[in-house]
Amino acid sequence: MSLESHTGNRGLVIEEPLIFEQGEPQRSAVDLPDVPDVPGRLGGLERQGTIGLPGLAEPECVRHYTRLSQKNFGIDSGFYPLGSCTMKHNPRLSEKAARLNGFANIHPLQPETTVQGALEAVSLLGQWLMDLTGMSAVAMSPAAGAHGELCGLMAIRAALEDKGDARQIVLVPESAHGTNPATAALCGYQVVSIPANEKGRVDVAALKAKLDGKVAALMLTNPNTCGLFESEILEIASAVKAAGAYFYCDGANFNAIVGRVKVADLGIDCMHINLHKTFSTPHGGGGPGAGPVVLSKRLKAYAPVPFVRQGEGGLELVEHGLGEAAKSFGRMKGFHGQFGVMIRALAYILSMGGNGLYQASSDAVLNANYLLARLSAELTPSFPGPCMHEALFDDRFLKDTGVTTLDFAKAMIDEGFHPMTMYFPLVVHGALLMEPTESESKQTLDIYVETLLSLARKAKAGGAAEDFKAAPRMTPRRRLDETRAARAPVLRWKQA
Amino acid sequence: MRFLPLTDADRADMLKAVGAKSVDDLFCDVPAAARQSGPLPLPRGLGEMEVERRLSVMAGRNLAASDVPCFLGAGAYRHHVPAAIDQLLTRGEFLTAYTPYQPEVSQGTLQYLFEFQTQVAMITGMEVANASLYDGATACAEAALMSARVTKRAKVLMSGNVHPHYREVTATQAKFTHLEVEALAPDPFGLEDLIGRLDGETACVIVQLPGFFGHLKDYSALAKACQEQGALLVVAVTEPVALGAVKPPGEMGADIVVGDGASLGVGLNFGGPGLGLVAVKEKYVRQMPGRLIGETADADGKRGWVLTLSTREQHIRREKATSNICTNSGLCALAFSMHMTFLGEAGFTKLAKLNHARAVQLAERLAQVKGVKILPSAFFNEFAVQLSKPAVQVVEALASKRILGGVPVSRLYPSWPEMENLMLIAVTETVSDEDMNALIEGLSEVLS
Repeated sequence: MSLESHTGNRGLVIEEPLIFEQGEPQRSAVDLPDVPDVPGRLGGLERQGTIGLPGLAEPECVRHYTRLSQKNFGIDSGFYPLGSCTMKHNPRLSEKAARLNGFANIHPLQPETTVQGALEAVSLLGQWLMDLTGMSAVAMSPAAGAHGELCGLMAIRAALEDKGDARQIVLVPESAHGTNPATAALCGYQVVSIPANEKGRVDVAALKAKLDGKVAALMLTNPNTCGLFESEILEIASAVKAAGAYFYCDGANFNAIVGRVKVADLGIDCMHINLHKTFSTPHGGGGPGAGPVVLSKRLKAYAPVPFVRQGEGGLELVEHGLGEAAKSFGRMKGFHGQFGVMIRALAYILSMGGNGLYQASSDAVLNANYLLARLSAELTPSFPGPCMHEALFDDRFLKDTGVTTLDFAKAMIDEGFHPMTMYFPLVVHGALLMEPTESESKQTLDIYVETLLSLARKAKAGGAAEDFKAAPRMTPRRRLDETRAARAPVLRWKQA
Repeated sequence: MRFLPLTDADRADMLKAVGAKSVDDLFCDVPAAARQSGPLPLPRGLGEMEVERRLSVMAGRNLAASDVPCFLGAGAYRHHVPAAIDQLLTRGEFLTAYTPYQPEVSQGTLQYLFEFQTQVAMITGMEVANASLYDGATACAEAALMSARVTKRAKVLMSGNVHPHYREVTATQAKFTHLEVEALAPDPFGLEDLIGRLDGETACVIVQLPGFFGHLKDYSALAKACQEQGALLVVAVTEPVALGAVKPPGEMGADIVVGDGASLGVGLNFGGPGLGLVAVKEKYVRQMPGRLIGETADADGKRGWVLTLSTREQHIRREKATSNICTNSGLCALAFSMHMTFLGEAGFTKLAKLNHARAVQLAERLAQVKGVKILPSAFFNEFAVQLSKPAVQVVEALASKRILGGVPVSRLYPSWPEMENLMLIAVTETVSDEDMNALIEGLSEVLS
């Protein structure tokens, strides 16, 4: 039987036009009071003509967004092993907490005396991030991981310049997230790449060869993007320090080591923590996140404003680079950071406690090692285990099958899984990076493993390439033409 | 622990499959010197009831702007958000998805972002918009960097009518790059001359509409002057509701519009998360920071959406990317887009007119209060006032009467003694007649 229907709908999968193709301008889903009849004071700048927005009534709006949601896969829908993204369960209590009237409905510029609870929340979360890492200071305002990286590098550059030691280079391993080199460039540095060794770690000899008086910092992700702990990190840290440089640790993968590793004892100077990864705040289709940065004693003075301090009459915000903040590199975000995200992280930490966080990182690492061990029966692991929170495979197992990493990932979608991270890190060929997190049960992992093993066997048996290339078949859309999208970009709806 | 499904039996089975004796063995690569010894210095985990109780107490120590007359603005505005929006926003398929890297299972996210881009372009009067940045202040810094890329120049002329946080974040970014920011003094009377300061080395001029002190100005002549000098005009918008009533920057000739969209759908949240908006002329799109969604077709020829022009971005271009941004403000963009959809053309324009009319009403009454002088002659829903006493004192006195009366400008400009008596007052549709009465009465008392 054909899958085509009169409407184009397929049962629960319903075609939904753009809002601009629905409704009419007079309609609205919001009833507002009448506008008082007063002479306007817009100084002749009244907007003329129509804007072009459609008008929909509330039932139409609700249906529109409900239908759009049904075309999405989230953690709530199923297993989402997107490596390096830590797609763990998002507790709904955290959502409820962030919506408490006293958190959701406070203005950032209210007098400090009227927001003592909010300042307490920021301060407590900051304190716990320091406790979890053993570091001396924390900057709470960065808005995301990459923004945290920028915060760390700006603090490093400010510290160096304060010593009159302008340097030009930041070293970045080739396995790093793209944000690392992009951040270094945004901070005015030249990027020099460090190769990985055959064990998936930084090549320490190559690193040492590049460490000279021009190097401002090393940016190292640990555990790294191959899912491995940088076992020579102490040696790396002392070499960096001996060269007069600073050690930036990318904490995107902190979820693997919470409660297991004392970050301060790794010899690092600063590290950002993605609250939307390790502390379970929702990824929200690409944000908002938060990327607080913990800092060592020698960087503390250069941290950005604002920050919270204990004053005589209560908690206070230091919002300007004056007085005790005179060495601060300045402000990098409007207002006080991602407060709503911080409340969610706080609710999560309160729920987990020290004991729960320790168990979570333990389970996350165990889950990843379980995938690594069991999938190695058919897939090709890039490095021997044990791994940390994610398992990395490459595409050697697909050699001569005509099936690519992309095809393999798309076939997983038809099986009801969100694919792993593909083609990253760049240090292995056709990478498949899987991060199960602690949220998954053994049962889920077993079904996933059996599915992937069966897909791998199917690919290796030969003659299945066309089948793989036709995947996915059961999704609201099949493979989309990305080349066409980029060649003649259509970035907005326009009246035909 | 309620979030962790593994049982001890599972763990034992799994360790066996892995070939390890204990989970500790899996951490063998961690140098002994860096292992955490003993339990974490954090309290033990709590059940839902206890967490909620503890956080409710904390939240209860704040004075919610929704519970008292609130006239605070200065870049964050309290608006009513329809109830359905939050209900829809927390649908797990939106809330718990990530960046739509796999478009076949992300058409929901991609379609709402495409609609968001269109809405932002429409209200700003620009050709294209991106899928969001962190907030208005960081978007402003990105616009300065983008202008430098487009013009291959370094000089940024920053108006004194731009939000101080936007100015500061741009200045911070400039310290670490080749950007040179010429920041004009704060301009509460709206008197600064920008055109006279333009020259052949100016990469961009950054202004704000409505201005930080409330002034509404037509930047058309400035746009023309920029064009003659080969500079770009960047217009910042901290209150997007204004665009329902005020001539949009695009019609004035802006090259880049940045702003914060938190006014619509997102809410106050103590100022974060925000929603960074960026809209540009189409010819600059390849120099734009952040994610972009584009239309295409699938293997069956059906219309669909994908992330596009990724060759600008960090995951492809690394140190040559237009920005380092990865995570943006996706869910806030959805909240904004939903609010805009709910309002529609009629609702959005009416909301803007309502805000303006209410602000005019209050301004007329305030003009009668002794010791209050309203500075801008033309404004939207916010204006600076000059008081007969230091604004910090006035604001604190009002707060003790449970009135959030305004933002003292000195909080944002502490090093400018001439700002001491200035206060910003914002009026949105959430302000009732009773609220206005309370403010008038309170101010009259405090200033007498």
